[in-house]
Amino acid sequence: MKFTGRAWVFGDNVDTDVIIPARYLNTVQPEELALHCMEDIDPEFAKKVKRGDIIVAGRNFGCGSSREHAPLAIKAAGVSCVIAKSFARIFYRNAINIGLSVLECEEAAENIKENDEVEIDLEKGIIKNLTSGREFAAKPYPDFIEEIIRAGGLLNYARRGGEGRV
Amino acid sequence: MKMTISQKIIAYHSGKDYVEPGEFVFADVDLALANDITGPVAISEFKKAGGSEVFDRDKIALIPDHFTPCKDIKSAELCKALREFAREQRITHYYEVGRMGIEHALLPEMGLVLPGDLVIGADSHTCTYGALSAFSTGVGSTDLAFAMMTGKCWLRVPESMKFEYVGKPKPYVTGKDLILYTIGDIGVDGALYKSMEFAGEALKFLSMDERFTMTNMAVEAGAKNGIMEPDEKTLEYARKRGKREFKVLRSDEGAPYVDIRTYDVSKINPQVAKPHSPDNVADVYELTDVKIDQVVIGSCTNGRLEDMRMAAEVLKGRKVHPEVRLIVIPATQEVSLQMVKEGITEVFLEAGAVVSTPTCGPCLGGHMGILAKGERAVATTNRNFVGRMGHPESEVYLSNPAVAAASAVLGRIAHPEEVLRG
Ligand code: SF4
Repeated sequence: MKFTGRAWVFGDNVDTDVIIPARYLNTVQPEELALHCMEDIDPEFAKKVKRGDIIVAGRNFGCGSSREHAPLAIKAAGVSCVIAKSFARIFYRNAINIGLSVLECEEAAENIKENDEVEIDLEKGIIKNLTSGREFAAKPYPDFIEEIIRAGGLLNYARRGGEGRV
Repeated sequence: MKMTISQKIIAYHSGKDYVEPGEFVFADVDLALANDITGPVAISEFKKAGGSEVFDRDKIALIPDHFTPCKDIKSAELCKALREFAREQRITHYYEVGRMGIEHALLPEMGLVLPGDLVIGADSHTCTYGALSAFSTGVGSTDLAFAMMTGKCWLRVPESMKFEYVGKPKPYVTGKDLILYTIGDIGVDGALYKSMEFAGEALKFLSMDERFTMTNMAVEAGAKNGIMEPDEKTLEYARKRGKREFKVLRSDEGAPYVDIRTYDVSKINPQVAKPHSPDNVADVYELTDVKIDQVVIGSCTNGRLEDMRMAAEVLKGRKVHPEVRLIVIPATQEVSLQMVKEGITEVFLEAGAVVSTPTCGPCLGGHMGILAKGERAVATTNRNFVGRMGHPESEVYLSNPAVAAASAVLGRIAHPEEVLRG
């Protein structure tokens, strides 16, 4: 799978309280959550983000609460992929489980600027900054996680009888 | 091969003799937990995936604690979905308002988590139960749906870090201060993906309630779980509360740790985490000119009986500062009741505080004490991220209950001794 989009750049330790503030967690509707995505860090984000755009962040992206509403909000806002130097673990597994693409790549996170055009080849783990022409290789997924992604999330994986094959 | 306590519990629950850090396993869970925010998402995923019956109605806990008693129509709808599912599936451990508590205080108190257990919860502070020598970790709603269907959870076996506490803590230095100090040392991603194992002779000075405070905040350092080996206090707690057998496991001599740190607790003063990160810590003495508008004593971090006793000791016979609102939230119904019996509730009420029914409430900016723009609070909670307790331009300082109570009296951040001396 390949996507191209514009980069939105954030810093280290972006927490789930700014990705989707708890005051909006009285709903489970992804479209409604998307309206408030990143609101406390960039109130304009939800309005300006376009389908296919990419979030690029520093270390420990998604730290804080276990709310799956966070990756759901990002996905429903139209973001195709999050690239970060590292991810907080619950956010990471939630993203994998619900089928939001997440790539760990320190080099890419350092060398992509706001508004750069970025192309991602998910299968190969290749991140291309079309604006600067530079190419980066994301950290490969462990086999097990790759299988969940291929299946289209944890519950699809389970339905295909995946559980127990580890 | 040598294993840490975390490895041993995971191995035991995945039917293996040995598991290696980095290995992926499917583990059997002894308990799977969700609340009024994460539960409804898990339930809809469960149904979407064709789930009809949960794997074991005794091994699921559904606790409406975040926005309860329901703050608005939307949260009432969420709680209704949770309640209906609990009734339809005849879930044993569903606790209604008036009988419930904040999940991470309630489950150990009810004896539902015991040493050697493997517990997952769709809430990041599920790591709290490590104080009872259980392996427990936060997951998301989809993981929980999967666990409700299969009784299993996928896990990557974590590497372990060991934190050794030596010496005797000074007065008013509590489990909260030790964990804040530790997070201040390693940072909010200092234990990312890893297990934090707390050890050392100083732990024997800590009550079970203080130990829960420490493991509760392991996630604030990015850890997968926080855990302590069982000692006499742990076993006594487990025997008193539990209604089933449990497994006593310990780390092997020479088990692998990627990092070992030792702290002399006799040198640590009460700690306060400044806005907007739990690792932004300072000695309480450095912050005594910080004026405050509100104090919150409660949450899954510090809403237990010992916490309330500690705060009441400072507040007894004193008044809350005229410009401060003090909101006290016992973590469970049992804590609430015990506070009444011991006269603690009276101390708070006479001081001019509000005492609420158990709820997460303001801890996550839900209700019961939201901050306006520019307001500042001292809270015994665990997170002080931007907007966590209300307006994105409000501020939260994290402290232990005695410091919070002293701050409520003086209207600024204060060491308890300043109040008790005066
Ligand atoms: S008290 Fe706060 S941290 Fe604990 S479970 Fe509730 S919202 Fe989460």
